[in-house]
Amino acid sequence: MKLVIGIVRPEKANDVLEALYRAEVRGLSISRVQGHGGELDRVETYRGTTVKMGLADKVRFEIAVSDSFVEPTIEALCAGARTGEVGDGKIFVLPLERAVRIRTGETDHGAVTPVGG
Amino acid sequence: MSDVPSLPLIAQVNTGDTAWMLMATALVILMTIGLGVFYAGLVRSKNTLNTFMMCVAALGVAGISWALVGYSLAFGDGGGFIGNFDYAFLSGVGFEPLEGQTIPHLVFFAFQGSFCIITLALVSGAVVERMSFGTFLVFSVLWSVLVYPVMAHWVFGGGFLQEGGTLDFAGGVPVEMGSGFSALAAALVVGARKDYGRLALLPHNTLLVLLGAGILWFGWFGFNGGSGVSTGNSSVLAFVNTLLTPAVCLVTWFVLDLIRGRHVTAVGAGTAIIVGCVGITPAGGFISPGWAMVLGVIVAVPSYAVIVWRPRTRVDETLDVLAAHGIAGMTGILFIGFVAQAAWNGVADGLFYGSGELLGDQALAALVAPIYAFVVTYVLLRVLGSLMPLRATEHEESIGMDVVQHGEEAYVTGEGAILVSPEAGIEAEVPVADPA
Repeated sequence: MKLVIGIVRPEKANDVLEALYRAEVRGLSISRVQGHGGELDRVETYRGTTVKMGLADKVRFEIAVSDSFVEPTIEALCAGARTGEVGDGKIFVLPLERAVRIRTGETDHGAVTPVGG
Repeated sequence: MSDVPSLPLIAQVNTGDTAWMLMATALVILMTIGLGVFYAGLVRSKNTLNTFMMCVAALGVAGISWALVGYSLAFGDGGGFIGNFDYAFLSGVGFEPLEGQTIPHLVFFAFQGSFCIITLALVSGAVVERMSFGTFLVFSVLWSVLVYPVMAHWVFGGGFLQEGGTLDFAGGVPVEMGSGFSALAAALVVGARKDYGRLALLPHNTLLVLLGAGILWFGWFGFNGGSGVSTGNSSVLAFVNTLLTPAVCLVTWFVLDLIRGRHVTAVGAGTAIIVGCVGITPAGGFISPGWAMVLGVIVAVPSYAVIVWRPRTRVDETLDVLAAHGIAGMTGILFIGFVAQAAWNGVADGLFYGSGELLGDQALAALVAPIYAFVVTYVLLRVLGSLMPLRATEHEESIGMDVVQHGEEAYVTGEGAILVSPEAGIEAEVPVADPA
């Protein structure tokens, strides 16, 4: 059981969702984050103030999966999010100690298995 | 004093008329900003500024081109098709009123200029979220000289439609059909957004949509109410009809929304206000208030149908200028042919009041206006497209037009922004986290 965290470009978030859906990965949460991953800074000017935007908008996927789903999830994240340019994002896989499905009280493997799956 | 001879041949300036026309001009200028708000709300947040800036650009570009040649091409005493260069560079446009008018010529020039500006801004709705801003500026110069003034000449400047008897109170031909069918051509030449038909591309701020529609309606009282070029009966009638038709259209739209989707939608309401205003634009001073209310029902239906149908096609006419302006304007133009009443307008009767001739004149306008707007805009953009890129690259489109075209964002937080000192210049090294 792992927690897969994928940080991707916001404009690729829909492609990632589609790839995850095709990989039959259900159950995820996303959040909007800002980060810096070595990409070129954007320069913006507001009247006399010129700034380098050091942080870029990103979308962070958090997906708890059973072990057999780790590889398909990573593949889907890569396939959906890659453009080839610097700034495509990162994937982190973390061990997961416990998971509980609030509605039923199911734990661990049962909790990260899609309903009806 | 009684023995001082009056000078009946020299038109007199009427202060009341002039005051109202000055105000009406300002109201129409405000419409262009209202349109910017409306359009900005309808696009995605990353394209907010670019969308609004196209409307702002129209104020600049068309404001200039109208003064240089546009006004003269529209209102110069040329032939049936186009004016001449008599008034170019505002030559001969001063305080002396035009024949038959009671306001200074300069005021009439400015009022008509505000129409050219908003019409150009309307066309931008077809190409938002992908068209290159620089190319749009070049297009704006050419369009505001080659398309709008010609069509305005036809119905306002003594052109063949006006001479032939076509009635167009406030611009169903040049403004509404002119923008709507130009928009269709622009959408076809520029092409669809890269994600069109693949992803849901949703309005990012529905409040802006309603606010913009409200500002447009407010400004439209000057647009229609000023098109009598006086404070006379036709202006009063058009003003009141500008209240009635959109009100009825709005409620009709509620009903159509309920039938289709069981919800009365806010974006639909904003659209309905505009469709209603467009419908009454050509008819304002020519039909009775009762018929204006009937028009509110009639104008909603074809525009609603096109708005539902268009997104199912491959034509990414993004903000539905064709449906809201082209189709609604055509409906209004044709409606005059049925219900115009000389008792109300002092000019002509429509089919229901004994004369079928007017309907033929109106049908002619509904035929030639779309053809001219579509063909000239299509050719214009094709030629431009062979000289410069019409649109941003796919990569730029995915980043968003605000950052790419303007180097600004609409909803900037400032988090992570590093101040670049003016002395150092923007190329200077600034410390940023290096994850490597």
